Amino acid sequence: MDKNVKVFVIALAVLVVLCPLGLLAVGTAYGEWGPDDIKDMIGYVPTGLEQLSSLYSAPLADYDFPGGHDTAPAAAPGYYVSAIIGVVLCAGIIYVAGKAIARNI
Amino acid sequence: MHIPDGYLGPITFVIMYLIMIPIWLYAGHKVQKSLKSRQVPYLALAAAFSFVIMMFNVPIPGGSTGHAVGSALVAIILGPWAAVVTTSVALLIQCLLFGDGGVTAFGANCFNMGVVIPLIAYYAYKLISGNTLITSNLRIAAAAIAGYLGISVAAGVAGFEMGLQPILEHTAAGVPLYMPYGLGVTVPAMLFEHMVFFSFVEAIVTALAFAYIARNSPEIIFDYETEQGKKEKAARKAAPA
Repeated sequence: MDKNVKVFVIALAVLVVLCPLGLLAVGTAYGEWGPDDIKDMIGYVPTGLEQLSSLYSAPLADYDFPGGHDTAPAAAPGYYVSAIIGVVLCAGIIYVAGKAIARNI
Repeated sequence: MHIPDGYLGPITFVIMYLIMIPIWLYAGHKVQKSLKSRQVPYLALAAAFSFVIMMFNVPIPGGSTGHAVGSALVAIILGPWAAVVTTSVALLIQCLLFGDGGVTAFGANCFNMGVVIPLIAYYAYKLISGNTLITSNLRIAAAAIAGYLGISVAAGVAGFEMGLQPILEHTAAGVPLYMPYGLGVTVPAMLFEHMVFFSFVEAIVTALAFAYIARNSPEIIFDYETEQGKKEKAARKAAPA
């Protein structure tokens, strides 16, 4: 493997190992509240928002196994699995597509 | 900054998809034209890096959270159009598998994080760096400023898209159907959170990684070779043999 690629793969692996640190942040990002949060904030759920918000359910919603977990230690395994799946899929899709279209130099 | 389903009404999310389709095609075309086989692993790693860096949520006072996006760094190292492609792929996986960012809002999210950040960051970096050496400290500062500006502007744009909803989509009685807060709330809120907190995270990530790559493997940096070529040409002109 190219020396640069090796260094970046190691750096990426370190980020994956450290990723549960991201679970320590409790709270919701601005504009990413669920319908229940919105009800608490303004007293009602806008009808369009309510309909669209249940349009699609992701298999590993919130980077967690189905069911969800409240504490960081309980959510960590799902977070790790999500990180690994995400990293492998992102890199894999680009790698396969890239090799198919790249010039062979 | 991942807008979920339900925040943007059909007018906005359809327009954002329509804006993104030519951008995706153009970015794919630009990348395909110049992509060499040995560069493919970097592109793949960049998409994976974007994905994982967005998992590092940072808490801020007031109960909100946010994260770096990483697309400023990818734009500087691999070029803005490559960053459009890698960020879009990371956002697609986040949306479909992990419910981070809505399916309907995917076009808008790709525009905010996958187009606004890379383009602003790349041109800010180029403008500030000028003709300096790849290892110069000015370039590290340029990378930091590029990251800071890119994500701050993107946050403002995301706030703008959300804040338009009460104007664009409401019942006959004027009750909002989607994002209930207007421009006067969403734009300042998104700008403030980012410019005071998260944009600094993006700036630090971009500057640190750029400093390492510029010192250790400058040859992989987008248009490093063209810049070198221009310099040699200029040097030959200045001192004719």
